[in-house]
Amino acid sequence: MRSSEPLTQGRLLAWTLVLGAALALSVLLGVAWGTSSLSLVDLLPGGPPLSEQARAVFVDVRLPRVLAAAVLGGALSVAGVVFQALLRNPLADPYVLGVSGGASIGGVLALLLGLGGAASLLGELAVPAFAFLGALGALFLIEWVATVGGKLTVYTVLLTGAIFNAFAAALIYFIQTIASLEQLHAIVFYLMGSVPLLGYRGVGLLAAASVLATVALLSMARDYNALTIGEEGAAQLGVDVERIKRRTFVLGSLLTGLAVSVAGLIGFVGLVVPHLLRLLLGPDHRLLLPAALLGGGSFLVLADLVARVVVAPGELPVGVVTALVGGPFFLSLLRRRGARYDFS
Amino acid sequence: MTSAESRGVRLETEAVGFRYSGKTALEDISLRVEPGEVVGLLGPNGSGKSTLIRILSGILPHYEGAARVDGAEVRTTRRRDLASKLAVVPQETSFGFPFTVLETVLMGRHPHLAGLAFETQQDVELARAALDRCGVAHLADRTIQELSSGERQRVVFARALAQEPRALLLDEPTSFLDIRHQTELYDLVRELAIADGTAVLTVLHDLNLAAEYCDRIYLLRQGRRAAAGPTDEVLTYANLTAVFETEVYVDTNHLTGQLLVVPLSGRVRRELAGKDPETP
Repeated sequence: MRSSEPLTQGRLLAWTLVLGAALALSVLLGVAWGTSSLSLVDLLPGGPPLSEQARAVFVDVRLPRVLAAAVLGGALSVAGVVFQALLRNPLADPYVLGVSGGASIGGVLALLLGLGGAASLLGELAVPAFAFLGALGALFLIEWVATVGGKLTVYTVLLTGAIFNAFAAALIYFIQTIASLEQLHAIVFYLMGSVPLLGYRGVGLLAAASVLATVALLSMARDYNALTIGEEGAAQLGVDVERIKRRTFVLGSLLTGLAVSVAGLIGFVGLVVPHLLRLLLGPDHRLLLPAALLGGGSFLVLADLVARVVVAPGELPVGVVTALVGGPFFLSLLRRRGARYDFS
Repeated sequence: MTSAESRGVRLETEAVGFRYSGKTALEDISLRVEPGEVVGLLGPNGSGKSTLIRILSGILPHYEGAARVDGAEVRTTRRRDLASKLAVVPQETSFGFPFTVLETVLMGRHPHLAGLAFETQQDVELARAALDRCGVAHLADRTIQELSSGERQRVVFARALAQEPRALLLDEPTSFLDIRHQTELYDLVRELAIADGTAVLTVLHDLNLAAEYCDRIYLLRQGRRAAAGPTDEVLTYANLTAVFETEVYVDTNHLTGQLLVVPLSGRVRRELAGKDPETP
């Protein structure tokens, strides 16, 4: 719980263990529960041998998907935490800075050009690769526009991001109108956001990138604490504000770009998870960042589980689940705690 | 003025100038604050007082001339090194996140901690002592957003103390404080100057506070120096009316022997002028 005492290493370790255990539990639950019956008991060593089919469901489908959800949820939540720190606004989310718009354009273009099919040159990789290129393009464009006199102006970043996202949305609507019905279906489904089947190598790469980025961001955690009093105040406490802002923008955008590239726009994770954790653990970023990586993972694993089972044998895009759960929840939170975000 | 165990450092500028997008904000300002001194920076709105504070605290590196803290040029000093010697108390701070008061004061330890280090028990004790000195120890566990602006300002001052500064820059720190807390804060500033040899440069609008607490005064007008020297030589009727372009009543505070300044309202100014065409 939120302690009035300042953060210590002991409390950081304790919470990391608790949230790590919660993530492990969520993963177990996600693996055990699904449309084809496969219970945890079946997986225990010494039990009756698994059928070939059950093994395939477990090893090739369910486990990599659950792990992908864990990594994506963590990455989006971490990006949410650092963008909120950068913008000094606890209501920011990873998509506000425009990178998601760039990724969407890339992914949708790949689908329009028919590069997404297994038969095409790049195969399954085409959509995420194009999307990530789109994210990088947006990242450089926004950084270029918002850098004035060698300084990254946070409000210009925010404004540029919003404008770029609106532009991206218009471009995507345009693409949708010229796309065939089949392409349109693929595009809509991609944009709604769902946990992809990546295979272990893909999940491993994604996990490595997320953990590395989180560690790099964690090295700036105390600077984020100081930044909450404003750029000038932080600078007067010894924070190298320009360097921190630029690194944070780039690393957070890369995390967001990666996540959107493989999974589309899964909303609310990067908003609700940091917010809940801040309520639970307090605003110290040294605890908040690792907590977001682990807690965000649990959140998306459970949301994906819901997405898989509620309309079985069909499946909801997980973005629909996170938004349906997150939206009302967040509104009620705001209703009760809105006064705390009075910036006037 | 400097005590035997002084750990204060000198603040100085030599012919400092600054332009905001071509427009001159400061020109040819040379000043010096020795360890143990409390020096006032006075002048009308827009006269460049805050610009000078921001130059000395490293926020505006593109100044002309020289600005030095402890002999080191500010624009080439690393932020951390600067912040470990120099603390700034601004007029107002906004807090977007619900840190507790104690956590807020611990942020003052930032320049003294390495990379990922956690605050030690010693840092926490230092922060609590600073809260105590500023009379806000009872608020330690509250979140900063729950406090009144006067309470917040005292917490910000406690954070500056926790920074263990050897020089202090104050930019109208008492604007939101009531008269009791104004004097308590400046009593503390005085005490720091005398006991630790801290060099203090403070922007003030209250001329009577300036008269009571400052050893010397720099009077700015339109980015230039209008007058400088010992407080009683600078705060004169002639200087004040010329720089602030208004009428004041100047007398002696018979309790302290210090200057007493009362700004005069338009009504009084018109009555003094002997004619009042606007009143029926």
